[in-house]
Amino acid sequence: MTPASAKDLQKLGYTCLIETGAGAAAGFADQTYVDAGVEVVKTGAALFKSADIIAKVQPPSDAEVKRLREDQTLISFFYPAQNAALMEAANKKGATVIAMDMVPRISRAQKMDALSSMANIAGYRAVIEAGNNFGRFFTGQITAAGKVPPAKVLVVGAGVAGLAAIGTSTSLGAITYAFDVRPEVAEQVESMGAEFVFLDFEEEQQDGAATGGYAAVSSPEFAAAQLAKFREIAPDIDIVITTALIPGRDAPELWTKDMVDSMKPGSVIIDLAAERGGNCKLTVKDEKIVTENGVTIIGYTDFPSRMAAQSSTLYATNIRHMMTDLTPEKDGQPNHNMEDDVIRGATATHKGEVTFPPPKPKIAAIAAAPKKEAPKELTAEEIRAKEIAEFKAQTKNQVTLLAVGAAVLLGVGLVAPASFMQHFIVFVLSVFVGFQVIWNVSHSLHTPLMAVTNAISSIIILGALMQIGSGSFLVILLAALSVFMTGINIFGGFLVTRRMLAMFQKS
Amino acid sequence: MDFGFTTAAYVVAAVLFILSLGGLSGQESAKRAVWYGIAGMALAVFATLIGPGAGLWLLSLILIAAGGAIGYMLATKVQMTQMPELVAAMHSLVGLAAVFVGFIAHFEIGNVLHGGHGEDLGTFAALIAHKSPVEINILRVELFLGVFIGAVTFTGSIIAYGKLAGKVDSAATKLPGGHMLNAGAAALSVIALVWYFNTGGFFPLFVMTLAALFIGYHLIMGIGGADMPVVVSMLNSYSGWAAAAIGFSLGNDLLIVVGALVGSSGAILSYIMCKAMNRSFVSVILGGFGGTTGPQMEVEGEQVAIDADGVATALNEADSIVIIPGYGMAVAQAQASVAELVRKLRAQGKNVRFAIHPVAGRLPGHMNVLLAEAKVPYDIVMEMDEINDDFPETDVAIVIGSNDIVNPAAQDDPNSPIAGMPVLECWKAKQVFVSKRGQGTGYSGIENPLFFKDNTRMFYGDAKKSLDELLPKID
Repeated sequence: MTPASAKDLQKLGYTCLIETGAGAAAGFADQTYVDAGVEVVKTGAALFKSADIIAKVQPPSDAEVKRLREDQTLISFFYPAQNAALMEAANKKGATVIAMDMVPRISRAQKMDALSSMANIAGYRAVIEAGNNFGRFFTGQITAAGKVPPAKVLVVGAGVAGLAAIGTSTSLGAITYAFDVRPEVAEQVESMGAEFVFLDFEEEQQDGAATGGYAAVSSPEFAAAQLAKFREIAPDIDIVITTALIPGRDAPELWTKDMVDSMKPGSVIIDLAAERGGNCKLTVKDEKIVTENGVTIIGYTDFPSRMAAQSSTLYATNIRHMMTDLTPEKDGQPNHNMEDDVIRGATATHKGEVTFPPPKPKIAAIAAAPKKEAPKELTAEEIRAKEIAEFKAQTKNQVTLLAVGAAVLLGVGLVAPASFMQHFIVFVLSVFVGFQVIWNVSHSLHTPLMAVTNAISSIIILGALMQIGSGSFLVILLAALSVFMTGINIFGGFLVTRRMLAMFQKS
Repeated sequence: MDFGFTTAAYVVAAVLFILSLGGLSGQESAKRAVWYGIAGMALAVFATLIGPGAGLWLLSLILIAAGGAIGYMLATKVQMTQMPELVAAMHSLVGLAAVFVGFIAHFEIGNVLHGGHGEDLGTFAALIAHKSPVEINILRVELFLGVFIGAVTFTGSIIAYGKLAGKVDSAATKLPGGHMLNAGAAALSVIALVWYFNTGGFFPLFVMTLAALFIGYHLIMGIGGADMPVVVSMLNSYSGWAAAAIGFSLGNDLLIVVGALVGSSGAILSYIMCKAMNRSFVSVILGGFGGTTGPQMEVEGEQVAIDADGVATALNEADSIVIIPGYGMAVAQAQASVAELVRKLRAQGKNVRFAIHPVAGRLPGHMNVLLAEAKVPYDIVMEMDEINDDFPETDVAIVIGSNDIVNPAAQDDPNSPIAGMPVLECWKAKQVFVSKRGQGTGYSGIENPLFFKDNTRMFYGDAKKSLDELLPKID
């Protein structure tokens, strides 16, 4: 809580309390809180006694959990997946626990996504920390005293922290490379000014959208290809910032010892995944070490705390947004709406029940990227196989058609008299010839084709001519009319076709 | 002259007709192909005249000559833009002739069966006289079919003509009852067939003819103007089948062959047109657009207008230009102006091409004919598939009087009535100019998001006037 956010919380109808000296590290003296109308409480224990809703940063200690009571709400980072025992204990007390690390990644919840806030700070701080331990400039310079090559920074994992690190690094002037297992973030990486390191690896990567925007475990083949690529570029890289985390798992090893060995002396590795074992196995949690070949490896886990003022402000705002969502009526009474995707997702225990893990949010975090139908370069065999398949399908079609056609013909032949069948054969053959011939007519000649067919369909004149000679007047009249009309058609049709065709010319 | 000679002449004529159609595969061979057709027709008529059964030579020749004179006048006077109307009108004549010939055949059967004087009659009558009752019945069915198809073709073509010529409202209209009326008329025809089959009287034939005439009228009335390419080729097909059916009843192989050729040709054309619109043949015939599944995508943005100067500047700077003509160009008679524009642009060494959508215009290949009339060389006139991939490299695309065939909603909006129809992707060009009379929607009444795109400028006004205004500014 900051003095500013305390004021906002009061607007929601709450009374605010704070432990003595809680804001000291972030530069907020107790007096500024008092000025903002916040009651300063002597000890944490006293705070737990008097407050209904307790917001803190780190997961509660065992002692703190014991102090929880029924209907009290605790808001903090909780990591329920890893702290099952703690969660159980809190649950026994009947308290409600809202885990800030469980806020689902949907657009509406971004304002309370404390992980992103903290990751942003960590990414920034990682670059600063690296610069602090790196003996050269980030940016390349040509000075009177000689040429300085630009530093080369590799950021592994382009999540929030990674992107923040990329942004900071590029703005300092370093040549920045970035890698992520999710190929769809390449665009984001490039928008931040870094170069995305592509692997020579063809496998359908799982769409990040399916896992709520987080990375999933990659296949062994992919991991191997990835390591090979890193090994290849390691000697060139001055600063490595690894941020690769997979939710609910130990950090994957991405930067092996031999890569560290191949790096130049003076290089720096910042392992933001140190808390979860580190992306580099040499990393020691919370410590800075220097390897034999002079590579500095930093495994601090408290980057946000190293920028307390910034992280406090952001976290306080996240908490305030969470409180705003919890208090839609602005009456100082939390309304724990378990139908709400965000609140449901973040709640670890509620009313004596463990509600972790939450169901999938109703709204997908990120619209699934439409499957790109990459026009794949087909190999010769594939083309061949495709052709064979098409040929087979075609043959099948034709055979079926022929079989059906033959069956129908035979059926007709069974009942119809021979004289009819003679004509019928002529008819079928003509249709067949017609189909064969017409398919070859070019599209631009379709209008002339219609005119010609129109003219020759006047062949019906033959029917009239054959009968015009017979007796009755009626027949002669009808036949005469037919002859006359088809006469128009024959001449009109052919002439108009000729006119049209004469117009077509080459350039 | 004996029967053998006539048959031989028929064989030759049939081969000539097939060659005539086959020759249409290329522009150059097509010029020869027409002569094959003419020769085939002349031979067939000549052989029939001197063959058995024909009489009244003089009358026949006079009538043919008179008809020919009218045909000649029509053919020489018709504007190329009116080609669809002419074709539709001529189909109606074939349809009516088929009906008449069917009637004649009916009377002949009647004469013979009622103990008429066989010797005085033509060969057809002589033929009938030798038939068994079963064969007579088959004959009746064939004749009945021929008359039916002929009658549908007749009224259908007249309505199609009216719609194309603007004499009948081109919107899809239906009498109350819709398809039930058609179904009723068809059922009536079937009843009439059974009746005719049993009695052989003229009355059921007549009833069926009326029903068929109604079906033809109502069926085409229910089809909107934009679907006319399919309708015209479908009627073309019908006129062929009618001829074939009559050929069966007359026992004339040449009629059967030619009827089948024409019928299959029309059927293939209809199929190609339907495929180009991504619609099933049935849904076109049943009229109107198929049911949509939801509201259409809202179109956001506004149409930005541009004047001739702006278009001229862009054209002078462009290297590659694609022109997409549509029915609007035909209506405005703008093909000559378009051709002039193309000549000027090509004289500057620019790459100018035409993109023709399969259903542009009101007749299959309509645009090609118009452009050919305006002396646009056919080797710069491209089909959709040939040119669609080239749009991203195109500097300027000019849409002249087309709408639905360049509607991106067909690809983007699954709820659009034309969803899935292949369209010319002109919006991928760097700049698009749309020459259009006003802000209204196209024939199908569908809003076109193309007009609202950032790289689209609307060049309002009559296509011909706009282009004539533009021409002096191109240098």
